[in-house]
Amino acid sequence: MEKIFNQLCEGLFSELKSNEALTLSFSGENSQFIRINNASIRQTGLVDDANLGLKFISNNRTCEASMTVSGDYDIDLSRGKKKIERMRFESKEILEDPFLVMPTNSGSSREIINANGLEFDNAVQVLIPPMQGVDLVGIFANGKMFRGNANSVGQKHWFETESHCLDYSLVTPERQMVKGTYAGTDWDQQSYESYINRSIKKLKLMKRKPVRVETGVYRTWFEAKAVADFIDMFSWNGISEASLQQGCSGFGKMRHNDIRLSPKFSISEDFSSGLVPKFNSNGETGPESLPIISNGVLQNTLVSSRTSAEYGVSTNYAEDTEELRSPYMAEGDLSQEDVLSRLDKGLFLSNVHYLNWSDNPGGRITGLTRYACFWVEGGEIVAPIETMRFDDTFYRFFGSELESVGSKVDVIPDVLTYGQRNLGIVTCPGILTNEFQLTL
Amino acid sequence: MEQIDLKNLLSAIDVPADWVGIREVSETHTPRIVRDGIPQMNASHTTQGLMVEVLANGQFGYYGTPNMTNEGVARAAQKAFAQAQLASKYATFQFTQNARPANIGSYQSPFVKKKDSLSPGELNKLLLDAYNQLKVSDKIVSARALLQTIQTMFRFVSSNGSNISQDFLMLEFDLSATAADGANQQTRTFGGMRGNCLQMGMEYFDKLELLAQSQKIGEQAIELLDAEECPTGEMDLVIASDQMMLQIHESVGHALEVDRILGDERNYAGWSFVNLDDFGKLQYGSELMNITFDPTLSSEFASYAYDDGGLEAKKEYLIKDGVLKRGLGGMESQIRSGVSGVANFRASSWNRAPIDRMANINLESGESSFDDIIGSVENGVYMESNRSWSIDDYRNKFQFGCEYAKLIENGKLTKTLKNPNYRGISNPFWNRLKMIGNNDTFRIYGTPNCGKGEPNQVIRVGHASPVCLFENIQVFGGA
Repeated sequence: MEKIFNQLCEGLFSELKSNEALTLSFSGENSQFIRINNASIRQTGLVDDANLGLKFISNNRTCEASMTVSGDYDIDLSRGKKKIERMRFESKEILEDPFLVMPTNSGSSREIINANGLEFDNAVQVLIPPMQGVDLVGIFANGKMFRGNANSVGQKHWFETESHCLDYSLVTPERQMVKGTYAGTDWDQQSYESYINRSIKKLKLMKRKPVRVETGVYRTWFEAKAVADFIDMFSWNGISEASLQQGCSGFGKMRHNDIRLSPKFSISEDFSSGLVPKFNSNGETGPESLPIISNGVLQNTLVSSRTSAEYGVSTNYAEDTEELRSPYMAEGDLSQEDVLSRLDKGLFLSNVHYLNWSDNPGGRITGLTRYACFWVEGGEIVAPIETMRFDDTFYRFFGSELESVGSKVDVIPDVLTYGQRNLGIVTCPGILTNEFQLTL
Repeated sequence: MEQIDLKNLLSAIDVPADWVGIREVSETHTPRIVRDGIPQMNASHTTQGLMVEVLANGQFGYYGTPNMTNEGVARAAQKAFAQAQLASKYATFQFTQNARPANIGSYQSPFVKKKDSLSPGELNKLLLDAYNQLKVSDKIVSARALLQTIQTMFRFVSSNGSNISQDFLMLEFDLSATAADGANQQTRTFGGMRGNCLQMGMEYFDKLELLAQSQKIGEQAIELLDAEECPTGEMDLVIASDQMMLQIHESVGHALEVDRILGDERNYAGWSFVNLDDFGKLQYGSELMNITFDPTLSSEFASYAYDDGGLEAKKEYLIKDGVLKRGLGGMESQIRSGVSGVANFRASSWNRAPIDRMANINLESGESSFDDIIGSVENGVYMESNRSWSIDDYRNKFQFGCEYAKLIENGKLTKTLKNPNYRGISNPFWNRLKMIGNNDTFRIYGTPNCGKGEPNQVIRVGHASPVCLFENIQVFGGA
């Protein structure tokens, strides 16, 4: 893939005229997908895919394009040339862009993470037998992923990694479920089987008869995966500087009214793990760690170079969409062993589901409990709970009602595969809140 | 688009499979956005490739590839065959080629004016004009006009004789204005959810009263800033067609997908409160409720003649007089479940395998006029345009929020309300359907953003509905 990308860079940059600029971004994968239902294979196949994005600047206009890369240089060069011709034509008649972001050369990088992964032809025979005897449903994604970026002033980045991820649910005959995600780079059969066996042990807890809890407010412990889902909401009408400027951010109260979250809540954008490319789709590389909220106080928003040009705020080289790509929420002092005793009576939520802003300016989020969620009394798990809807604001559960933060962080991979396999991670601990509102 | 001879490619495949199919998809999206008077996007995104699918030992295997040469396809078929053979030992179900019915035919979506009949410069001007009308006041802190054309070419051939060609020209159009006064923020759009999605050409703009619509959206955003908060309580709820789109999608469409009922989606999109033995029996809603799968409605976003497994698409009643009749299941699900289904086995593109999806799922019109419906309500709320949506993994407990609402007092629309929300449980909610609007209230919408499947797929769906009245619904306002 890297060779294909390099060839296309050379071929397409040579097409440019003196007053034109071009940035190329590449994303590709050689992936295996095995879809599983009831520990058997529902669908299986392989996907080779590569996409080249083109951002073209001429005549004070910006045009964008993308194309599928077939792997045949002549075909791909021809496709790229046609895209440039179209953009060159359009740049003569579309509206002028007063906030152009011209490509720069701030240095190049090359990072390749090799792994002793699982061969595609071996996957079925090592993956499926250990899950026999339980109702396991999910997706196994496996293989290489590629990201590249280069521009017409000489900057070039390449990132390549190989990974596997089995994202799954175990289900009891009573339809209670436990969630698991086994992800990594090198394949370790013993580790895999041990992970599955731990999930099966958890499933036994779910065999207790579910209890129905009433609507109202409860002390609640959120496992790290649930916290990660709330943090994901910050990337949607949240931490983006453009969203704040355009009046559609849940962070408006922090910006305009100096409302603060709990002093126990700190989050940063942190690329030190090396699991996510440091460069964005424009080839820009931001700081390795950028504080977003420190001890409850808003420190930085995510600012792309375009937002910087438009609103006069310094860029921190965020992605154009100003989403968190590698957030890290700081750990606290509540050890996992003490969680149930500190919770005493209330809800233990492993996962939440289908979050949406119910009142974005108010920071209010609605969603549902899902998977291993329990009612706790006297510091002991009593039983799973029936699915409940919640509707509460992060100004409370990350703010006034945040009692403690877990002392251990989990690294939670982005398992989404819309269009292609994602590369992001969220690193965070669990949290204990004094109150959390259930509504239905 | 490059021309590929699929039959020639099929003949290049040499594997001892029970069935082989090749599906080609070439698609170009051309989004254009003007926000705050400035162009944000003028783009052209093209994806093109092949899905080679084989059946071996009762198991389908696939290989998605952008390599559209004879050698590339032959290699893809060999790899897909190997995957199918390896998996067949643990197959969920042993299929035959009956899961891929043989059909020959074509489809061309309706349009009058080609996508290039308006130049990039003209389209930029159109969007800028819309922005200028949206910006009715300095309190409009951001306004945006968006237009996207989508041109799709779909070809499908198979070893049992299918030869299908379908071509689509589609259009998405949206307007948005955000008014703000400090942390008090309100956004009004052109129907919510980017719902103006149609199979249509550029003639769309001949009929649209663009400037008047834009000004109205800007004015309503300002109006919402000082509007009263939506009241809290159990009351009658009148839902506009643009919100009914979301109501149908989440609490009917997804619940009736047979692959969900069979458990395929339990790890991601979820399950369903509907069971296989509910078909033919379950009183899903009141007797006024008639829901159809209708791929034949001209201009609706997900009209087509064949699904991606080659099954011919026809209009079918899913729910008739409130009773559940038929599932949203393609041939594979129909064979696995024994439940009658429809032609809805669809993939998002060449790089994904088909699964059960919604297409056009519509609520058929009734007989009540809009005035009759409002006039019948003593104390209630009328809501328009979705802005928030969430429902549980069984498609039971939902909560939806809208952009704009009016109080209904003694049969009349009175005050404007902000932050309107409502919640309920799907089956009892639909049984509270009290009045259903006539054809004058019937509108066609769609969305490009329906997510489902593992690996994940986002797909286009259409929903058409009249205005509806539901009685005794939990309604509430903002934080």
